[in-house]
Amino acid sequence: MAELFHRKLERSTIGFVLAIVAAASVGGLVEIAPLFTIDETVEKAPDMRLYTPLELAGRNIYVREGCYACHSQMIRTLQDEVERYGPYSLAVESKYDHPMLWGSKRTGPDLARIGGKYSDFWHVAHLTNPREVVPDSNMPAYSWLARTALRVDDLPLHLKALRAAGVPYTDAMIENASIDAYDQATPESSTSSGVADRYGKETQVRVFDDVATEVTEMDALVAYLQVLGRLTDAPYKNTAAPQKPPGPVK
Amino acid sequence: MVKSLTEAERQIALAISVAVAFCGLVLAAAGTQDTIEVHGWLILIFGAICAVVVIRDLWEPEPPKSRLESYYDDPIKAGIIASMAWAVVAMFVGVWVAALLAFPDLTFDSAWASFGRLRPVHTSGVIFGFGGNALIATSFHVVQRTSRARLPDQLSPWFVLVGYNLFCILAASGYLLGVTQSKEYAEAEWYADIWLVIVWVTYFVLYIRTLARRKEPHIYVANWYFMAFILVVAILHIINNLAVPVSLGHAKSYTIWSGVQDAMVQWWYGHNAVAFFLTAGFLGMLYYYLPIRAQRPIFSYRLSILSFWGITFFYMWAGSHHLHYTALPHWVQTLGMTFSVMLLVPSWASAGNALLTLNGAWHCVRDDATLRFMMVAAVFYGISTFEGSFLAIRPVNSLSHYTDWTVGHVHAGALGWVALITFGSFYTLVPSLWKREKMYSSALVEWHFWLALAGTLVYIFAMWNSGIIQGLMWRTYTEEGTLAYSFLDSLRAMYPYYIARTFGGLLFLIGAVIGSYNMWRTIRASPSSAAIEGDVPLNVTTAVVRG
Repeated sequence: MAELFHRKLERSTIGFVLAIVAAASVGGLVEIAPLFTIDETVEKAPDMRLYTPLELAGRNIYVREGCYACHSQMIRTLQDEVERYGPYSLAVESKYDHPMLWGSKRTGPDLARIGGKYSDFWHVAHLTNPREVVPDSNMPAYSWLARTALRVDDLPLHLKALRAAGVPYTDAMIENASIDAYDQATPESSTSSGVADRYGKETQVRVFDDVATEVTEMDALVAYLQVLGRLTDAPYKNTAAPQKPPGPVK
Repeated sequence: MVKSLTEAERQIALAISVAVAFCGLVLAAAGTQDTIEVHGWLILIFGAICAVVVIRDLWEPEPPKSRLESYYDDPIKAGIIASMAWAVVAMFVGVWVAALLAFPDLTFDSAWASFGRLRPVHTSGVIFGFGGNALIATSFHVVQRTSRARLPDQLSPWFVLVGYNLFCILAASGYLLGVTQSKEYAEAEWYADIWLVIVWVTYFVLYIRTLARRKEPHIYVANWYFMAFILVVAILHIINNLAVPVSLGHAKSYTIWSGVQDAMVQWWYGHNAVAFFLTAGFLGMLYYYLPIRAQRPIFSYRLSILSFWGITFFYMWAGSHHLHYTALPHWVQTLGMTFSVMLLVPSWASAGNALLTLNGAWHCVRDDATLRFMMVAAVFYGISTFEGSFLAIRPVNSLSHYTDWTVGHVHAGALGWVALITFGSFYTLVPSLWKREKMYSSALVEWHFWLALAGTLVYIFAMWNSGIIQGLMWRTYTEEGTLAYSFLDSLRAMYPYYIARTFGGLLFLIGAVIGSYNMWRTIRASPSSAAIEGDVPLNVTTAVVRG
């Protein structure tokens, strides 16, 4: 009988189209829709900070250069990963990430907790020529970042678009986005306290690329790298133990 | 190509070209401080070229009514040529990025030549440029033949093909300029995505209209797969690419999805791009060209049904196996793993159906490299779907994820299955479309076959080795209970395999170049006089004439 029914279905284009849509919709609906309704999906972290405009600009450079192709930002709940990279990643940490940059490949190491592990100086040297500091590295050199001025005039538009997508940037943050980006990388400027007021006192205000006269793409990218894993303390308070990797580990 | 359009169609084509050029102008004017300006000019030039091409033949006489007594094959020919051109370019970029991993200073200190920008040029170039054009071309061919009906008009197939290639050009050139969403296999930005939706809806409507004109009561199985491919890719593309552009003058947009939900949507998209772009569409090819070439009917109708609905239903659950041990809730991971394992059944149903179809024709497989392409493709389809189900099992994934094993798995499918079935189909299709007796050189088909097979094997063995070594090194502990290897130790161990995989990819590329040359010479050869018997649509008029 099943076959008989199918022979009927095969004679109707519209029927077949509808059947495909029906069959193909179920999986996505069951797996995706509840992620928006089940509260435990994303942990609560009241101390979760937003990216400052400079860090956001740095993140956009990370996106633009396709860094996700070789670096993950997702420490799995496996013991060896936790020992190598730090506490495993929580969903709340990428709550404001549009898009998420969890990645799928580690040609280079995971970067979820890279913030604060190395000095700004190291990052600048490494991005300028990775083989200067890591002789066997196969990462491309990004020396032009330090030669390229960062575009900051359109940052309010970026924050506005993100607010439309659900990130709670305030009017003051949007209004001051350009100046905040500039100030975060030039601590001597008279208004540089504004960025810390708006984004929290943990905000790292300093010259990232060692050149105080100009805000470059290098400043932005290093500012972003240095804040990775440091937007909330939640992962360090998480008590569930990571799992031992399955199989022989001796 | 314009001469085969009716006068009304030529006018609409001109209007569309001008409209596209105008959109380009708007983007260029709005985005004078942004990379979108470059794309604006590119779209403007593209539209202008199309307009000039149409205008040149605008006042030519109408095509004769007798055109309706044959299939409309011109866009199929163009699609095959576009597909092979993309294959050569994108596989060359593939070899290049493979070399970059072993020789990272090949970037000439310039942004566009770094791995992160070139890699999506390779992936989009082969998947969408090579694969997409092949799917559009073969689907136009298969739907006409199996429906015994001509495409309903002359304009929409050209719109689909040319418009689709505009999308591919925007995507690939955008990555070089740094225009990307960083969503894997969906990197193209908002304006290219919107354009693809327009093209894709036209494609869907065209396909349905052709099926509606069919003279066969039943829709043949190959069309089920092409329909699933067109429909589901539309759903995936639209949902995954919902985004807020920064402004009309910015190439950049922010996806509406964030964090864990974005990860789930992304891999629901990503895995089903594999399922419905790289599997369903190419199974459509398999179910038509393999039996045609082997001159045998498909082994089992029931297996076809089982496989089709299994793939359509199960695949959509499987995406979350890309997120094992991550911050994605455990229940979603488990569902993804379960359905991935169950997927083996419908996958092997199709692979088995293909191989059993060859029973009684194995001597043809031995003698005919074209059929051998398709046979080996079916074998690789079986191997890579088994590997896929295996890698989706959580503990296995703990080792394989983030390593080159995934890359090897993808290439077992992409080279061994997708590319080989495409080459087999093209070698069947090119002589018949251009009315040649056979390919220009069957020796070159043999060369292509062995180069492609050798290249694939070298590649996947290199990646299996590097991936498993990498995964094991990352989790190895010393006697004292500390991690035994630094990340750098594992990278150092990769270099020999990165060189080997570059070599494997190079072999595959050389094969594709030889194939393109062979097809080119076939097209340039003089046509054979004998038309293929019965290769015409079933019209009332022709039936009368013949009756």
